[in-house]
Amino acid sequence: MESVVFFVAAFMAIGGALGVVLQRNPFYSVLSLVVHLLALAALFLLLSAEFIAAAQVIVYAGAVMVLYVFVVAYVGGLEDPLMEPNPVLRIAAPLFAVALGVELSVAILGSGLKGIDSRGPHVGAGFGSPAQIGQLFLTRFLIAFEVVSLLLLIAAVGAVVLARKSAAHPQADERVPGGTV
Amino acid sequence: MDIAWYLVLSAFIFCIGGAGVLTRRSPLVILICLELMLNAGNLALVAFARMTGTGDGQVFALVVMIVAACEVVVGLGLIVAMYRSHLPMDVDDMSELHG
Repeated sequence: MESVVFFVAAFMAIGGALGVVLQRNPFYSVLSLVVHLLALAALFLLLSAEFIAAAQVIVYAGAVMVLYVFVVAYVGGLEDPLMEPNPVLRIAAPLFAVALGVELSVAILGSGLKGIDSRGPHVGAGFGSPAQIGQLFLTRFLIAFEVVSLLLLIAAVGAVVLARKSAAHPQADERVPGGTV
Repeated sequence: MDIAWYLVLSAFIFCIGGAGVLTRRSPLVILICLELMLNAGNLALVAFARMTGTGDGQVFALVVMIVAACEVVVGLGLIVAMYRSHLPMDVDDMSELHG
């Protein structure tokens, strides 16, 4: 049963990822990414990471994707040429991706890590629960927690500064000479 | 399922995202492909957390998720600013810094 769920979720994840890369319309790319994120949430559940799965669905598939859809609707569904016009890159980029995939797979399967060929040790019901994550965040990873909250604040301030650009320069909707963004 | 399956799956997703970053030219789609790569890293982190039986990897995955959210906020803000000043929506045309 577990392997059935794994393979369904894995095919959905890879299909969603391929859809992101191969769709010409950015709007369909965003929708493929939602499918991909939901499949990943199922995989997180299989790995008994309940809190991460819930955060993935709420934060990513919910909030972040809404932001993407808004921006795609604002900028407009520009049809993007699928292939790179540069002939060297057109051949080199997929080759690079395939070579990287083969290399990573060989490295993972040949790493000889203990427990890589097992399903992991037995863990209790509290594994991956909000209580465990919260306790780790507030004890061992307290500095990371504070730094990340500071980063969120900086990103929010940065977004506000980027967004109020047009209020400071009312002519910003015209073509700016030299393209000062 | 063995942990190795999850790790190989995450490697494949990472490579698909990397190919997208290299071939696509719209900054919006490149941001989405970066999301793919970050998510592949998250899957590997959660798989390693399950392999060691400790919660550390899941904390790392949460931090990666937060960093990705920050990246999206600033990146989308930049894209909207680019659109407002009528810059071309093509990363190859935006070469004023000769990057």
